[in-house]
Order: sequence, then structure tokens, then C-alpha cells
Amino acid sequence: MNYAQAGCSALEAAMRSDASVVVLGEDVGRGGIFGQYHGLQQAFGEQRVIDTPISESTILGAAVGMALAGLRPVVEMRVVDFALCAIDELVNQAAKARYMFGGQGRVGMVARLPNGLWSGSAAQHSQSLEAWFAHIPGLVVVAPATPQDNHGLLRAALACGDPVVYLEHKELWGLQGEVEPAQLARLGEAEIARPGRDVTVVTWSRTRHTALQAAALAEKQGVSLEVIDLRTIWPWDRDAVLASAARTGRVLITHEAVQVAGFGAEIAATLAEETDARVRRLGAPRVPVGYSQPLEDESRITPQGIAAACVELRHARPAHR
Amino acid sequence: MNDERALALYRTMARIRAFEDAAEQASKGGVAAFGASLSQAEVRGPLHLSTGQEAVPAGVCAHLGITDLLTSTHRGHGHTIAKGAAPDRMMCELFGRASGYNGGKGGSMHIADFSVGMLGANGVVAAGIPIAVGAAHALRARGGSNVVACFFGDGAINRGPFLEGLNWAAVHALPILFVCEDNRWAATTASESNTAGAGALARAQAIGVPGAQVDGNDVFAVWDAAGNLLAEIRQGGGPRLLHAITYRVKGHVSVDAAAYRDAAQHEREIERDPLVLAAQRIAKPDQLEAIGREARGEVAAALAAAHAAPWPEPRAAYTDVQDTGAGRWRG
Ligand SMILES: Cc1ncc(C[n+]2csc(CCOP(=O)(O)OP(=O)(O)O)c2C)c(N)n1
Repeated sequence: MNYAQAGCSALEAAMRSDASVVVLGEDVGRGGIFGQYHGLQQAFGEQRVIDTPISESTILGAAVGMALAGLRPVVEMRVVDFALCAIDELVNQAAKARYMFGGQGRVGMVARLPNGLWSGSAAQHSQSLEAWFAHIPGLVVVAPATPQDNHGLLRAALACGDPVVYLEHKELWGLQGEVEPAQLARLGEAEIARPGRDVTVVTWSRTRHTALQAAALAEKQGVSLEVIDLRTIWPWDRDAVLASAARTGRVLITHEAVQVAGFGAEIAATLAEETDARVRRLGAPRVPVGYSQPLEDESRITPQGIAAACVELRHARPAHR
Repeated sequence: MNDERALALYRTMARIRAFEDAAEQASKGGVAAFGASLSQAEVRGPLHLSTGQEAVPAGVCAHLGITDLLTSTHRGHGHTIAKGAAPDRMMCELFGRASGYNGGKGGSMHIADFSVGMLGANGVVAAGIPIAVGAAHALRARGGSNVVACFFGDGAINRGPFLEGLNWAAVHALPILFVCEDNRWAATTASESNTAGAGALARAQAIGVPGAQVDGNDVFAVWDAAGNLLAEIRQGGGPRLLHAITYRVKGHVSVDAAAYRDAAQHEREIERDPLVLAAQRIAKPDQLEAIGREARGEVAAALAAAHAAPWPEPRAAYTDVQDTGAGRWRG
């Protein structure tokens, strides 16, 4: 099953077991442009899989209203970049309603905002904005990297009752993998994608796979990488990261988002406060993503780049108080 | 209409058509979406073709000079050519080369040629509308009778910026021609299924922006209607809206086979090819044939230029970001 189908089957299962789950967004009736809603309108009808006009602010705003009035909406934003047309509804309304109203009303919704660099699509379709949402009290932020996680985490996101920013990766839709539907995922629980001894690599979304490739390269240079896939950005699994850092003493955080003020900075700060580990970050340079391949490549995180950073980190002198 | 003018309109359409056909060919396998997978292509990423919609930019832009301004959409090649941009530099941009209009930074969805008043295509639906409003303020501050032509699709009228932009333009009596290119589709969704009321013109009229509705596949009708509206705007009459009804011949992007459309209806629609309709009325087969040949020759040269053009240097990724605070790329 591929990543898109895994999300689709999770949603289908949720819609079968809970009549309050509805979907709204552009082109969802046709199955979504990546096939992640394939067959759902045929199965559940136009009242539960709602094709919307190109009206991002009303798609998200209406979902807030639906949630406050008892439905459980799944919102499709096509790519995270277009969700910027609905940022008031997400940040000022969805994230804050429960708190501002003193606990009356909850906004249980899953807003799907495919994130990351989308080849050849240039600056307005290639952003990675997870840190923006992690910064907003009230929001849960999820970033699945595998078909199994896209299944398990989507179900968990739907069940949690909070507003969830669900960041699929724009280029993982075709990724194949085993999916065990009964296997549940817990929000806030990282996965050790590869155990290792020398350097901990903390990452999420597509760079999980990049980091695993980097681990093979680093191994040839005698450096063993432990790859941790956070899976959930908020809440993030501090315990898993701190435990791994205690074992290796060296941590690289890598993500596709711009390095400056990326979520890696939060993790690095926590490591600085809590451990003696040597810490490095590897994110994209603070430039918009260019269209042309050589320009786009400057923003791309590569296995070679991660491996080189880890080898360098392995040989950095240990920190001491 | 005199023959020369008719031939000029036909020529603009033929040049756009030739460009779109070549770009389409070069984009096969360039994007993973709509069930297509990624392979190697000269033109990467989503490519939105205006094939079959050529009469709208041709008829409107024939009334514009380079000191008039234009804002465009994701489907902007036709606007760019009709406003006076050079197909070779456009093709270089689509190929991601350093000699493209944007130096390879933008590609099809962001193509721009400020030297002819083309302020850019846009990756965000309806985002050009407020920008056109601001550009019109700037033109008015400069004095004179220049205008902004603001192109957008039928899908865009369901976003807030359409209402906000038209209201603003009317309140300030700004020199803008809003052009709704109604190709009746918004990605995979038929626009009528998601658009209440009678559409763009009715909405404009409701907030005091007059306009006209026109057969957008009839370049002469577009030319006439746009000419009348632009004359009113240039005389200080405030904004106008042209609702041009046309048809999206290709899929939403070049890799989209658009199998969601009714095949019989599609066949009927594509018979109303704007080039064929114009040719029937011009009745100078030799000259039309020559224009077609020239247009294809121009695009063949553009393709050759794009193939030969240099790639941007990687360090170009770091230019034109900003002046203040530049250089500290990773903190
Ligand atoms: C704000 C926003 N929402 C969604 C999209 C994705 N999208 C790109 S083009 C398009 C359809 C636009 O339809 P229309 O305005 O009629 O223009 P057309 O494509 O038919 O030329 C959509 C939904 C986008 N680019 N921007």
C-alpha cells in the first residue's frame, strides 16, 4: 500500500466508525489530486465528502464551525503553502477557541497541509512550515514519514479531539510500505528508525528516509548513526531524544525546513539545557526554493550532507562542563 | 475590423498556441500528481497550459502598451506573450536556465517580464487581484491614462480577494480591467458546481463595477468588448470587468488527462478552437498558413535557445533574497 492509500484507508475506517467525520476541500470528490481521497465520495456521499470552492479561509473557518457544533472535520488544503490563505482561521480561531471560551467548545479537526519541497514547483509550493504551527499553543503538529505512520497517525489525529495540523509530505504519496491497520500510533511518540552508537540523528517526514540513506554512507566511514523519526512535532518525544543523546553524546537535527528558527532550534535548545551532548543542525538555507534544478538543489537535504555533518560531529571533541 | 488588425490578432494567438504545444511536449513526466509519476523532463513541475484560451489575452492585450501593467495567474503564458514578452526567454525560464526571465528562479508559474509591464504569473489563486489594485494606485499616482489588466480564472472569484479587490477598485475608481477567463473548470471540479449565481460579471455589477460578457473564443468579440471597456477606464471611469467565456482544452496541468470530463461534451467544445474560428472569418489561407509557420519557427528557435542556454550557478540561489540580513544563510 502506498502512503496516499494508507491515509485514505485510515480515513475510510474512521468515517465508517464515526458518522461525525466529514471531509471538506477542493477536488476531494474526485479523490484529491494525489489520490488520497480516492473513492470516499462514492462511499460516503457528497454531504460527508464535500467538494468546496477555492475558498481556503472558508474551508478552514467552516471546519471550526463544524467542530464547535459537533462534527469532526478533516480539512484538505492541498499544500501547506495555500493554508496561508486560511491562517487566521487556523491560528486565531481553531487553535484558540477552546481556551478563549473557557473550555466550552472544542475544535476536534484534522487539517491536512502537505508540507515540504515539491520538485520543480518553486517558491510558493515548496515550503516546510512545521515550526510555525509548533509555535502556536493549542495545535498538535504531526508529520508522518511512512505509509504505516500515515495510517496510524491519521487515526490517532482524528481520535484526539484537538485541532491537528497534519503534514503529509508533498512527495511521499507514492511511497510503498506494509500497513498493519490494527497497529495504533500514539501522538508524541518517536520511533527509532535505526539504532546506532555514535551519533543520534533527529528528524521527521521525508528526511527520515534521507537520514537512513546517510546512515549507510556514514557506516562506511566507521560512524554509526541512530535515526530517530519524531513523527509528531508537537508534542515531540523529548524522552526518546534525551535518552538517545545520553547514549551517543552527539546529536544532529535535520529537517527540510529553513534552518533559521526551524523546529530543530527548539530541540537543540532543549539538548543544551538538559544534556552535555554536542549538537548540530542541518536545515535548508534561508532562501526561497528556486525552480531550476541547481537552485532547488541548494535547498535540498541530501544523504551526503547528513553523513558529512555526522562524521564531522563524531570527531568533534566532546563537550565538557 | 481591418485585415491587418485581424491578422495581428490571429498572429498573437498562433504564437501562444505554438508556445503551449512546445511547452506541453517538453513537460511530459515533469511532475508527480494526477496519477502521473516523475521522470526526466525539460520543463519540471506543474505546467498549466492556456491552449484554447488564446483569444482572451490576444484580444485584451492588443489594446495595451508596455506602460500598461498586467497581473496574471498560474496559467500565464498567453498573457505574457500577448503583453510582449519574448518566447525564447520564456522558454529558457521554463527550462530553468540562467537566461530565462527570472534567471531560473520562478519557472512557468512565476514567469514575469517587468520590461513590458508583465508583473508576474502567480502560484496562488486570486493573489494577483490585490496586487493589481495596488499597481493601479501606483499608475494613478504617476499620472496619465495607463491601466492595469488583471487576469484570473473563474475559480478565483470564490476567494475573498475577488470581492475585496473589486470593492476597493470601485471605491477608489481605479484604472483596472478585471478579466475573468472563465474556462469553466477549476482543477478537477466543474466551476458551475461550486459557484452560486450568475458568475463573475453579476458579482461585479452588484458592487458597482460595470462590464461585459463575451464569447472568449471569438477573438474579434473579445477585442471589441475589451476596447470599449478600456476606453471607459482610460477616460477615468473606474474599474470594469470583462467576463470571457472560454474552455480549458487541456487538463489542469499538462500531465492531467482530465478523464473526469464528459467525452462527448469535450469533443463539442474543442471544435470551437479560437484559431479555427478566427481563420474562418479572415479567409486569407495563404497568409494564415504563413503566420502559423512563422509562429512554429519562432518557438523552434526558442526551444533551441533554451536547450543551449546555461544553467544558473548554484550561488544564484542566494541572490535577490533580501539586502538586509543577507549572507547568514543558516544562522
Ligand atoms: C489559494 C489557492 N488554492 C488552491 C490552489 C490550487 N489550484 C491551482 S489552480 C486551481 C484552479 C484554479 O481555477 P481557475 O481560477 O478557474 O483557473 P484555471 O486553472 O481554470 O485557469 C487550484 C485549485 C492554488 N494555487 N491557490
